[in-house]
Amino acid sequence: MTQHEIVGQLHAAFGERLGAWREMTGGSSYQRRMGSHLEIADPSSIRDLAFYLRDDPSLDFNNLMLLSSLDNADGTLSIVYHVESTRLGHQIALKATFSAEDASVPSVTSVWAHANWHEREAWDMMGIHFEGHPDLRRMLLDEDYPGHPLRKDFKEPDFYHGMKVPY
Amino acid sequence: MPEILERRMMSSSTLHASAPLHAPEMVEHGRLRTEEMVLNMGPQHPSTHGVLRLEVVLDGEVVVDVIPHIGYLHRCFEKHTEHLTYPQIIPYVDRMDYIAAMSGEHGYVTAVERMMNIEVPEKVEYIRVLFAELQRIASHLIAIGTYGLDAGAFTPFLYCFRDRETILEMFEKTCGARFLYNYMWVGGLSHDLHPDVLGMCRDFVKKSRETHREINELLTFNHIFVQRTAGIGVLDPQVAVNAGASGPMLRSTGVEWDIRKNDPYSIYDRFDFEVAVGSSKLATLGDAFNRHWVRMLEWEQSLNIIEQILEQYPVHDTTDVQSAIPKRIKPPVGEIYSRTETPRGELGYYIVSKGDVKPWRVKVRSPAFSNLSILPIISRGYLVADLVVILGSIDIVLGEVDR
Amino acid sequence: MTIFQPINEFLSGLLGPGMASLVLTTLAYAAIPLVFILGYALIAILGEMKISAWVQDRLGPMRTGPKGMLQPIADILKLLQKEDTTPLASDKWMYRLAPWMVFLASYAAFAALPFSAAYVGARLNTGIFYFISIGSLVVVSILMAGWGSNSKYSMLGAMRSVAQIISYEIPVALAILTVVVVAGSMDLQTITNLQAGGVQNWFLFGGPKTLAGFGGTTNLVLIPVMLVAFAVYFIGSLAETNRVPFDVPEAESELVAGYHTEYSGMKFALFFLAEYASMFAVGAIASVLFLGGWQSPFGGATGPLAGFGWFVLKGLSFVFVQIWIRWTLPRLRVDQVMRICWKVLIPFSLAAVIAASTLTVVFQ
Repeated sequence: MTQHEIVGQLHAAFGERLGAWREMTGGSSYQRRMGSHLEIADPSSIRDLAFYLRDDPSLDFNNLMLLSSLDNADGTLSIVYHVESTRLGHQIALKATFSAEDASVPSVTSVWAHANWHEREAWDMMGIHFEGHPDLRRMLLDEDYPGHPLRKDFKEPDFYHGMKVPY
Repeated sequence: MPEILERRMMSSSTLHASAPLHAPEMVEHGRLRTEEMVLNMGPQHPSTHGVLRLEVVLDGEVVVDVIPHIGYLHRCFEKHTEHLTYPQIIPYVDRMDYIAAMSGEHGYVTAVERMMNIEVPEKVEYIRVLFAELQRIASHLIAIGTYGLDAGAFTPFLYCFRDRETILEMFEKTCGARFLYNYMWVGGLSHDLHPDVLGMCRDFVKKSRETHREINELLTFNHIFVQRTAGIGVLDPQVAVNAGASGPMLRSTGVEWDIRKNDPYSIYDRFDFEVAVGSSKLATLGDAFNRHWVRMLEWEQSLNIIEQILEQYPVHDTTDVQSAIPKRIKPPVGEIYSRTETPRGELGYYIVSKGDVKPWRVKVRSPAFSNLSILPIISRGYLVADLVVILGSIDIVLGEVDR
Repeated sequence: MTIFQPINEFLSGLLGPGMASLVLTTLAYAAIPLVFILGYALIAILGEMKISAWVQDRLGPMRTGPKGMLQPIADILKLLQKEDTTPLASDKWMYRLAPWMVFLASYAAFAALPFSAAYVGARLNTGIFYFISIGSLVVVSILMAGWGSNSKYSMLGAMRSVAQIISYEIPVALAILTVVVVAGSMDLQTITNLQAGGVQNWFLFGGPKTLAGFGGTTNLVLIPVMLVAFAVYFIGSLAETNRVPFDVPEAESELVAGYHTEYSGMKFALFFLAEYASMFAVGAIASVLFLGGWQSPFGGATGPLAGFGWFVLKGLSFVFVQIWIRWTLPRLRVDQVMRICWKVLIPFSLAAVIAASTLTVVFQ
């Protein structure tokens, strides 16, 4: 399926809960394919959407390539899902944007096991809480590390456990 | 009770904070009471391949659960990128997958070139693919060698390192560095190919086929090695795709999936090579042996690609390898997810540009990170000795896992 | 005796003249294996380094002395200088005693070895039985080391080691029994003397022509039996000394270093020394039982010194094979080690014992 057909089918199935199709113009053909994304207007429907993407036979998005988090520096955070069907060979990106204040979205670990560690990393680095994640601990930093470093407003602490941070 | 026994009880009861410190009843329901033991493997352990820490719950010697703890080598790559220009990031990319730095660079520069729509000279593409494939062999040599070490065979490891030395020598001649190259630049290369390298490559291909046969005899078809690795850590193909396995880990399950074929980049569509997949003739599909076997096959396929490059390489092309490098590396507003096949699997870069000389956000899909997350799924129920072998078969590089 | 004169006088005053010379002779007799072990260990350590280098296509140590010959001495000096750490939570006494016990057990095994016609530390009429039983002392000391260290790796290693050594004692003892049945003696010196007269009289090739019938060729029937016993003994001895491919107790890739993970400095060196000592001891026993001990392979009388030379040469060739195997093969898993013992070695060794006994009973 082409990405336009996929977007059409998703819009038909989810209607208002999905937002606009942001297509890259210019750039290489690869970027037009892998840089365009579909917006998710209602982040709380992410898990339903994920199940639909994976289980609908004509979509068959069995592979979550990457789950990334993004700080837009305007008080909102985004989360981007790059999914692909290894059988049908099509890809699509979906992006949900929500307020940075108590950011929380449903976890898709139950849909794609690959999301498990990436969601933990997003929680660790960007402070996005994933509802329904089986084991939402910090991934790379210490359990007691203050704050979430990849947020644009993150200030490095001067002291960590009473030790001066050298740089 | 002797003091030492008491202390033992204390250390094993740390799992349950509220457990009493006195000795529990030794007999329960008419049977000898047994307890699970928590073994802490790493971050300093000979076979965790770096600073990985595994919290292993053991019942006797049987692994009940494995909880990987990572982050000991975390160097905030993604935070660093927000403060660096695009070319400045390349040395940091080297330090992610330090075993296969060329492949990492290749993935990164491909991503940026795709964002800026740069056409790279043909000669540059040939050199890039040549070096990426040499790097793939070098990386697989380490994977195969250390895998032998995990199984207790010391000697193949040194044979592998002997051959890898030749590859590093070629890299050193060309760009001056043996390990962390900063060789592939956005739109070009830092140096032209050293005139000796093509000759060295021809010799290397011959010698490497010899080593390949030798390693097969010494390790792959060694009865003890097959006994140790066949049938353990079995990964189902459905689970593999769902859990984000890629590279040899995915192909060992029988899934024919290689970015070089399925989503070709650079000039890989010009070469004739097969995607190495696991074989159910030798062992169970998706087990630790097949992961090793796929690496052995890929080694051969990489040699095939190198031979074709040696035939096709434009020897008389005098194009400056830096001619296509843009004056200002400033991708237009937009984003991309670009992926390439490194020795460990699918290396993806999600780059968001706001039209600045610095990226807004770079997120890496590191294959080792995704592959390692499958470890708990495939190692439950096997012995401690198997756990080490399974971990070795995943072939992780902690620099890439922790970034 | 000039050096011993003052000591002799002092001891005579203390214990009376008869006792003094007894003590002195005992000490002198006891010192010979010790000196031998220390000297041999230097050669074996260098040998291990150089042989592994040869197997692995590299040079090995080259800087210390000519061609790196002095490397073992440098290593020992390094080990002597190292801090002797004791883990805080260890069982102090067991922890400290274990390395000495391990070494003691390996050293005591040397008492029964017939180095030549003129020298055997203690000529026991149950020499081989003594060797088997003193070998079991290693089990106790390894368990002490594992438990005393209070480390999970050590404990796992010690448990594996105990399970393995105890299991492998059965096929090894049965293989030894095969020879004992044919020789009709447990005295190692007697067994050696029986094999005088060259290769054809070695027990590996049927032993001396002691059996009647078929014009004195009955012993040839024993050859396959003895070959099986020899193979079982050799494989079992690899397991008893925790050598590759049976080195699961100290598998460095999973258990760091097994039961001696926590040891450093001289205590570690003692474990090391004990391992090398038992490597030689099992090789020496193999050569006594199957390859004629100190007897020359060319027949004729063997003098004490030449005997010593042959004995050491045969023992060292076993050490060489052990080192060679170590650098060639991967390691088995703990359950596979057990399976080989119970399902392969024990049936074969039992069959060998039964065959040898039957032949002996029928034809003697």
